[in-house]
Amino acid sequence: MKVSRQSWQFENTPSIRSSATTAGPFEAKSKIAHKIDLLYRDLYMEQSSYEKGHQRMIEDAVNILLRKEKQTKDAIDLFISGDLINQMTPTNFAATKHSIPFIGLFNACATTVGSLALSAALINAQLAESIITGGSSHYAAVEKQFRYPNEYGAQKPPTSQWTVTGAGFGLISHQKGDAIINRATIGKIADYKQTDPFNMGAAMAPAAYDTITTHLKDFGLSLTDYDVIVTGDLGQIGQAILFDMLEDNGFAIDRSTFIDCGLSIYNDDQNVFAGGSGSGCSSLYLYSHLLDMIRSNEISQCLMIGTGALLSPLSALQKQTIPAIAHAVSIKGASL
Amino acid sequence: MSKSYNDKVYNHSPKRPLLFNCLRAFFVGGSICLFGQGISFFYMYFFDFTEQTAGDPTVSTLIFLTMIVTGFGHYDKIAQFAGAGTAVPVTGFGNAVISAAIEHKSEGFVQGVGGNMFKLAGSVILFGVFSAFLITIIKTLLLELGVIG
Repeated sequence: MKVSRQSWQFENTPSIRSSATTAGPFEAKSKIAHKIDLLYRDLYMEQSSYEKGHQRMIEDAVNILLRKEKQTKDAIDLFISGDLINQMTPTNFAATKHSIPFIGLFNACATTVGSLALSAALINAQLAESIITGGSSHYAAVEKQFRYPNEYGAQKPPTSQWTVTGAGFGLISHQKGDAIINRATIGKIADYKQTDPFNMGAAMAPAAYDTITTHLKDFGLSLTDYDVIVTGDLGQIGQAILFDMLEDNGFAIDRSTFIDCGLSIYNDDQNVFAGGSGSGCSSLYLYSHLLDMIRSNEISQCLMIGTGALLSPLSALQKQTIPAIAHAVSIKGASL
Repeated sequence: MSKSYNDKVYNHSPKRPLLFNCLRAFFVGGSICLFGQGISFFYMYFFDFTEQTAGDPTVSTLIFLTMIVTGFGHYDKIAQFAGAGTAVPVTGFGNAVISAAIEHKSEGFVQGVGGNMFKLAGSVILFGVFSAFLITIIKTLLLELGVIG
């Protein structure tokens, strides 16, 4: 049901029935490694290029998901996903192999949550019965394309972020499961004229702020209605700015209820600068650790906000600003 | 709005540790140069090279060693620590060429390796040659005018 121009309420209990995650060797040393279904020994994932390795991660995650659900791919109505590589070829190639009807979606690192919101809406509208959705990113493939690679011998500033190598997918179904998506808010682009690709948290924080406050206003909720507010990859700086913006505008916030996926994946001794990022960052955390916490009733209601910095290497070199987007979905446990 | 937002960003962004970075660059960069000087002396002492001619084999040796360190994936880690200390010496130039060649091997030898090898190093060559050209003109003028002998 349409609640406002940006917000949707789902009455037909679209649910995340099960999920699967795959990740790289650096993530194998992370805090959430034991929750990840498949970890690879190196960044090539037994393929001849990083891009093919990226594709392999997606294929494997989807296969694991189908195995867990004892489903064949023919039982899946739709595959909605995306990644950060040019024209999203890793996802496109993976979709070729699975031959499930497919919509590629690019919202940079907000892809995971954007596609989850859309999947829930389609299930809720009874246009599909089961959808596989998620997101992925690959450190080396993204570095090669996006950033001034550290491999060229450049020193990264402390504000930069580390692209997560990981893929996370969920099976969204019309059958009521133990993680129900009940609300979604689609974000508008926020552009606060940030130009530093080494400080994406600063570009994304206003988008997260805008989507969170719009969500609360549209549904008449307050921050305390959620056990946790999970942001995708704001990192240290983005999160600090978000806290500031919320407090400046009169929100009383309990900082312990805010989780940033980029700050919650890696161990303290893994130097990832301002935190993890990438469309695999939120998907890896959501579809492994966060979902587990919802299933085990540790969390009964959470607001998940995917944040994306919509820059390209070209736009950054042409000194364009970094537009940012954030989408939110509310996920609740079945006991509520 | 925009100014106060930029202030917020500035306040929350950890600064680059400039002094510390300079010190690290100085010592790592200095060590590379010291090592290079050692190689120079080696060629002068054991082979038939003079101070003027020892430069070429020294640079080749340094680049060869860089190739090994880059190939095994260690140069970027040293570079994150040393910053300009590993970027400015010839080893930094070597690393930029070699890492690009490795990274773009998947796109083939002509358009991949060949087309991208000098992605970063190309600028160094272009502006290096251009500044040498400018300096030569200035020197020639000064010589002609009798300002310098």
